[in-house]
Amino acid sequence: MCRLSAITSSEYISPMENIYALETMKEGHDGSGLGLMLKDLGGPFADYKNYPVLSAICSNKGLRDLDDFMKTHGFKEMFTWAPSIKNVPGIERRENYLAKVYDYPETYKDKPLREKEDLLMNVRLALRKMGEPDEQLFVFSFYPDVLTLKEVGDPLQLGEFFGLEKSGLEAKIVLAQGRQNTNYAIYLYACHPFFIEGYATMTNGENTAFVPIREFLMGRGNPGYMGYNSDSEVFTHIVHYTNRTLGYPLHYYKDVITPMKDAEIAKRSDAAALRLLKKSLRPLCIDGPNCVIGFTPDGTCFMVQDSKKLRPGAVGGKTGKYALMSEVCGVDRAVPDRDKSTDIFPMKYDMVIVAPGAREVKVWNQLHG
Amino acid sequence: MEPATRLDQNHQLSIKELPYIIQWREDRCTRCGRCTAVCPMKAIEATVYTQRVVSSEGASPEPKVSRRLTHVVRQSTQIERYCIGCGTCSLVCPTDAIFPEYNFQHKLYHFRNKGGIPFMRGGRRNDPSTSTLDKLKFTRISMLTDPALDAGRHEFRIRTLLGRNLPAEQLPIKVEGDRLTISNNTFIPPVREIFPIRIGSMSIGALSPHMWEGLAMGITYLNEVEGIPVVMCSGEGGMPPSILKSRYIKYFILQIASGYFGWDEIIHALPDMIEDPCAIEIKYGQGAKPGDGGLLQAYKVLGLIAKIRGVPQFIDLASPPTHQTKYSIEEAVAKMIQSMSMAWGFRVPVYPKISGTKTARAVLNNLARNPYAAALCIDGEDGGTGAAYNVSLDKMGHPIASNIRDCYLDLVKQGKQNELPLIAAGGVGKGGNLAANAAALIMLGASAVDMGKYIMQAAAGCFGDEYNRCNVCNLGKCPRGITTQDPKLYRRLDPDKVAERVVEVFKAADVELKKIFAPLGRSTELPIGMSDALGVADKEIADRLQISYVC
Repeated sequence: MCRLSAITSSEYISPMENIYALETMKEGHDGSGLGLMLKDLGGPFADYKNYPVLSAICSNKGLRDLDDFMKTHGFKEMFTWAPSIKNVPGIERRENYLAKVYDYPETYKDKPLREKEDLLMNVRLALRKMGEPDEQLFVFSFYPDVLTLKEVGDPLQLGEFFGLEKSGLEAKIVLAQGRQNTNYAIYLYACHPFFIEGYATMTNGENTAFVPIREFLMGRGNPGYMGYNSDSEVFTHIVHYTNRTLGYPLHYYKDVITPMKDAEIAKRSDAAALRLLKKSLRPLCIDGPNCVIGFTPDGTCFMVQDSKKLRPGAVGGKTGKYALMSEVCGVDRAVPDRDKSTDIFPMKYDMVIVAPGAREVKVWNQLHG
Repeated sequence: MEPATRLDQNHQLSIKELPYIIQWREDRCTRCGRCTAVCPMKAIEATVYTQRVVSSEGASPEPKVSRRLTHVVRQSTQIERYCIGCGTCSLVCPTDAIFPEYNFQHKLYHFRNKGGIPFMRGGRRNDPSTSTLDKLKFTRISMLTDPALDAGRHEFRIRTLLGRNLPAEQLPIKVEGDRLTISNNTFIPPVREIFPIRIGSMSIGALSPHMWEGLAMGITYLNEVEGIPVVMCSGEGGMPPSILKSRYIKYFILQIASGYFGWDEIIHALPDMIEDPCAIEIKYGQGAKPGDGGLLQAYKVLGLIAKIRGVPQFIDLASPPTHQTKYSIEEAVAKMIQSMSMAWGFRVPVYPKISGTKTARAVLNNLARNPYAAALCIDGEDGGTGAAYNVSLDKMGHPIASNIRDCYLDLVKQGKQNELPLIAAGGVGKGGNLAANAAALIMLGASAVDMGKYIMQAAAGCFGDEYNRCNVCNLGKCPRGITTQDPKLYRRLDPDKVAERVVEVFKAADVELKKIFAPLGRSTELPIGMSDALGVADKEIADRLQISYVC
């Protein structure tokens, strides 16, 4: 079972904090991979807040293809960041790990954000399609103020490999997953966290209802609902579909993935709408076992579980810094000086929502709405 | 020269031509006559033989030959009276002196067309081979990496939706603050939450009053006492007005078919109905006899049936093969769906039922665009019937597994798999594996399944099987009293016992479904389309159904 480590903070933090937290939960992951997703970037990216960052792993050929493609499509390169790689035994080094900041094409500069988001997603998909056959190019995210790093190996070693301790790379929200490779071959696109248009999630456990959920999402007409090298990628797309496409408030994500019984719904003030949702979005119902942690474009972080709480999770911290982890030892590592009596162990009806900037944490209870 | 046929009976059939051969034990038989009295076909008769007896009396052997008359039970070789193998004779025999034995070398079909009338019968397709549904296994078991659910401890929702589910984008939902509300003046299609195994369409008329009553009592008990929302379909021929006007009508699906039998009563009952029926099924075809209409032979059109259907007694009631007023799916079928919807104020789901066919996808794609179509029911070749031509039963139709799979995958391509539920029928429980067959069809894409023969066998002991056993549903001679209107026969059947068995069958199926779904890790919704859970040890079936090949 994978281990999840998310930290949201009002101050910039190093992703190493997440990796150290993962290390405390090491019994739960087998060191087969690390996925890092950073939002609200500081350090070298602090001056490029409004410009999209493209995170990729590629060969030299893949890099040339990438540059050609971006140039052709009118994106102007503004800044490139690459980790200073330190060779670590057991980790196979690829030719290029990079995050490039671009300026939008002229025709898009004054377009509303929603259109820009669609453009960025379509570019990411086109690059993915281009690089997928020969695996010369992997693109994980292309969005303002978001950076992704993924590689196969032990998280702590990968931190050393990427030189994260000294890189100056920092962000206010960091998601990290220590991978337990079970059912699927190690493949970079199968590594969490997953991203689409400002939404990111990572999950542990298996998604037993993966196939019907995938088929339903693929029928929604959104080209971004693709990939699915991991059965957990659907969780990212469901939150995107619920919150962005349908426009429902974030907490309805819980009602979509774990709909309640009719008798329970009847007690909610929004019962009429919930009854319809339960039927119309029936294929998106999950059965777990899963704990989902993620963020939304505005910097809200959340944790939610399947309806039987078959995977645990813990949230703890203080105003200005909260950790959302698979296990409480991870929270202890990330925010040791918190009041532990306020730790939250969300139960089956709960959705933990941490406001942007780690201002406050709320437990939204599905029974009460 | 004069033919010698009169002497050697050359034009008579030998016993070896018949599908069942009566094994009669002279030494055990008490000559009580029960077997001959009960035989629905009069295939056996009491007769008298001359018997040669050798006896000896006295101290030393002095054999004497004498002849005496003795009573025997003899099997007729007349094709009209062939033994159907029902075994009622053995059921009534007090000394186990008689039973029918299947004859694999029979030539029934060569001869069963006297008078130029093709063989007609009831029952099912006489194919005893293992069905595709029975070959499917559930192979993705949650183990260690993901905890399997506990069928006994975890909460399961074995329910499905019958009716059109609007896509979320079309729901009349708006955001107010941080909550969702709905605007009330938008049409939302009616949707029923039901148990995913239904009792398929079998009419009062095809079924005896006792059988129908037993089924109806059984599902009512399941709904009202056990909390399992099982529904059943009326079949063509209407329902008694007393039920139409009762609160129990909500457990029934009313079927309208090409003969419109029974609909006069239904229309007249409409103003007095206090509940809506579960749904309306428009029958366009039947898996057991594609291209043929319903048929209730004159033998079964007695008083009660004639009254409900509004017809004279003792006439064949043949529904046309097609709805005579329907010439195109685009308009006429759409209009019929709308008319039926309108009759109940658009509060009742209305859906068509067709026989399994290569053209099912064309029908489906049309219905997918019809906002009033509530579902599509597809009845595969292994479906049963009360009366049909043997050739239709045995040779016409389409297997349900690939038909339902193709249709589901078509809906997936359009993103409408949740919008238009598919109901699969035909051969569910054929080999006795009701829950497993239902679960397999659900994983192939069905939202619900129908069964008919299974419940007749399990709840009332129907003798029928895939070896052409019994199959005289059409003649009104059902030895169990299931498909007859003859009071002498149907009084054998106790409706209370049928109802009890219906309840037992569904309760058991409910547990078995949980036992299948729990290890797959599905509990809160049905595993509709969860095809990755299926496997089959036949590469061609695996490829065709797009599931795993396992061996």
